[in-house]
Amino acid sequence: MIINGVTIDKTFAEAFPMKATRAIITAQNEKWAMISAQAMTGFATSVIACGCEAGIERVLSPNETPDGRPGVAIMIYAMGGKGLAKQLETRAGQCVLTSPTSALFAGIEGGKPIPLGKNLRYFGDGFQIAKKIGGKRYWRVPVMDGEFLTEATTGMVDAVGGGNFLVLAESQPQALAACEAAIEEMRKIPNVIMPFPGGVVRSGSKVGSKYASLGASTNDAFCPTLKGVTKTDLSPEIESVMEIVIDGLSKEDIDKAMRVGIQAVCDLGAANGIKRISAGNYGGKLGPFHFHLQEIMA
Amino acid sequence: MSALTFTLKEQQPAQRVDMSPLVCQKLQGLDVDAISAIILQTGKSRLRVDDLFYITGKNTQEIIVAGSINKLDFIGKELDGGSISVQGDAGAYLGMQMKSGSITVSGDTGIYAACEMKNGLIQIDGDAGDFLGGALPGNKQGMKGGTVLVKGNVGQRAGDHMRRGQILIEGSAGDYCGSRMLAGTIAVMGSTGRYLGYAMRRGTLLLWNQPQLSATFNDCGSHTLAFLPILFASFKSFDSRFADSGAAFNRVQRYGGDMAETGRGEVLVRI
Repeated sequence: MIINGVTIDKTFAEAFPMKATRAIITAQNEKWAMISAQAMTGFATSVIACGCEAGIERVLSPNETPDGRPGVAIMIYAMGGKGLAKQLETRAGQCVLTSPTSALFAGIEGGKPIPLGKNLRYFGDGFQIAKKIGGKRYWRVPVMDGEFLTEATTGMVDAVGGGNFLVLAESQPQALAACEAAIEEMRKIPNVIMPFPGGVVRSGSKVGSKYASLGASTNDAFCPTLKGVTKTDLSPEIESVMEIVIDGLSKEDIDKAMRVGIQAVCDLGAANGIKRISAGNYGGKLGPFHFHLQEIMA
Repeated sequence: MSALTFTLKEQQPAQRVDMSPLVCQKLQGLDVDAISAIILQTGKSRLRVDDLFYITGKNTQEIIVAGSINKLDFIGKELDGGSISVQGDAGAYLGMQMKSGSITVSGDTGIYAACEMKNGLIQIDGDAGDFLGGALPGNKQGMKGGTVLVKGNVGQRAGDHMRRGQILIEGSAGDYCGSRMLAGTIAVMGSTGRYLGYAMRRGTLLLWNQPQLSATFNDCGSHTLAFLPILFASFKSFDSRFADSGAAFNRVQRYGGDMAETGRGEVLVRI
């Protein structure tokens, strides 16, 4: 398959079941909601070493938030429910509770309830106040700038993590420009996050390493500087490869995000140095979710 | 199917009537003959339902008490689903220990309305008597959940020993409003009497007008509280002045108390 001069490999991305949740952070203005959201989703690019994958889903207008203030929806993904709950709680406690004027609300109705502010309330040292409003339980925790308002729980649901595609380009600036275009479009799709810095990862990994202590190492088949010394997957004109990783609440959500992302890359086309779109997989043996590139773009 | 309607006969009962058998869940599946034969206690006498009421309609999940008077006690006691509409006044203990469903009263109610209520909605278009949402004498917890909406005034000791839920009063409240309150919210648009929040441990008294506070309530300053817009938004579905967007505010003067108790309660006054 070739779109605008860009070859779409006959391959697939392989993804895994994860647990996910969403939280809504509001603040006095969008600036401070975003600062809090960025802190809460920081150091959360990969479960390999961060414990979770997290990202900002989108900015919310005041009429979309529970308290009528500007807000940001964030999502957190982890391999298991216990890990997710721990990450959510520690991040909420250190990054949202501490952030000036912030409030924190559930972003998913239904699913299994996991603590959001349920345990953060103890920061109130006995001065915290519970309020059950419209069937939901809130905690008002007195803090130095006033009150920190938080919903007690949010919902945890089954999700999919690790959808991906690779952008193969003739130069590093062209690869990055294509990925930026893709991310801009993908951020418009609900229920997905691209957890790596700016949504783009330049150090895609393979499973295993020559060093016994490492579970993952550089994906040498896609490293352009190794074309002559390893079993490469790159043709001579490829000088740079970047990857976009997607976590989503469902396979369909990731499908949509991949489609618009790949399309944005293809719109730049061969004329802008984009040569191929490929994807990372493990032979289909590890992850139950397969995203076949040519089917997605058909 | 039309609502099951109990219309009080012209010969009104001489004594108070215990209406607790006539709740939706107890009447479910019964035909008119069976309902007519239900025995109601009135004073020392026991009367059949059809001795006191004309019965029409069949829908046991939608009950109407027409021509009701303030001698009809325990209407909607332990109600668990369905609706009861009282046309006229209701006696004491309206919706006592109610679990779910809704009760509306077009007139006034007597003492102990919504006492020890657990959930659901009670709307009183007229006035309510003393101990609204309170605990029965000797019991330690009053209303534990749900919403009580009163369009008129309420008597003394509203929310006495209240544990959870909300009481919304469009009119004024008598003395000792929120006394011995354990938690929950009482909102009063009108005035409040003396000894507001007497011995309250936790909970919120949300007021539109400055009260006469006891010395055991301390001024915590003026604040913008984030939970208030959410609270007011939850009132939107009510047939009430509380649902008006103009009624909402988030800027309050906060008083903490009762310091003679744990001091974890609060009186919030609109500023």
